[in-house]
Amino acid sequence: MFRVQSKPIDLTELVGYVTDAEAGAIVTFIGTTRNNNEGRNVIALDYEAYPEMAEKELARIGAEAAQKWQIRRMVIVHRLGPVQIGEASVVIAVSSAHREAAFAASRFAIEEIKKTVPIWKKEVYEGGEVWIGTQTGQPFHR
Amino acid sequence: MKVRVKFFAILRERAGTAEVIQELSDGATVTDLWRGLQQQFPKLDVPGIRLLYAVNQNYVGSNDTLNDGDEVVFIPPVSGG
Repeated sequence: MFRVQSKPIDLTELVGYVTDAEAGAIVTFIGTTRNNNEGRNVIALDYEAYPEMAEKELARIGAEAAQKWQIRRMVIVHRLGPVQIGEASVVIAVSSAHREAAFAASRFAIEEIKKTVPIWKKEVYEGGEVWIGTQTGQPFHR
Repeated sequence: MKVRVKFFAILRERAGTAEVIQELSDGATVTDLWRGLQQQFPKLDVPGIRLLYAVNQNYVGSNDTLNDGDEVVFIPPVSGG
């Protein structure tokens, strides 16, 4: 299961999805929203995606992970829209017969998400906002 | 031919619209489309930005030619996670 969604991510649901009688390990990675970045106080976050392509890219990452490691099941869910500070913005859950594969696959997935999946984060500060990754020397352009 | 362009994130804000249908001559490339859009929406020219290109939800190169009905997205640096 590879999807983007506006509602909060239900970790229990995702762990249930990857639970497998032949698995000896489930690894979960939870990316959470931080209240500071580069010395600025972040008061709100907003995620936007090109949803059809984002889900396609997440599925591509899952397929690649399955080729590289002996994993049983994998799920990646990314939040969209406003996300409160401290909430999960992305959750990866992966099961495997032995723990090494699940650790490696989850690490691979989060690194790939940050490189190729068309999702963008806007940070709102007191006095300005910025699309992360797009800073061009004028941090608070609107 | 006509293609559908979708704007996201900083480019959506700068274009002031999320979607536009663009008329192109046959054989036009992704770069040709971008040049035309920049004339139509001068604010799309974000200094120093590095874009990737997607046609029909797949990454493509800037010299790839477009076809009638394609969905084209110019992808600013991603920042998910």
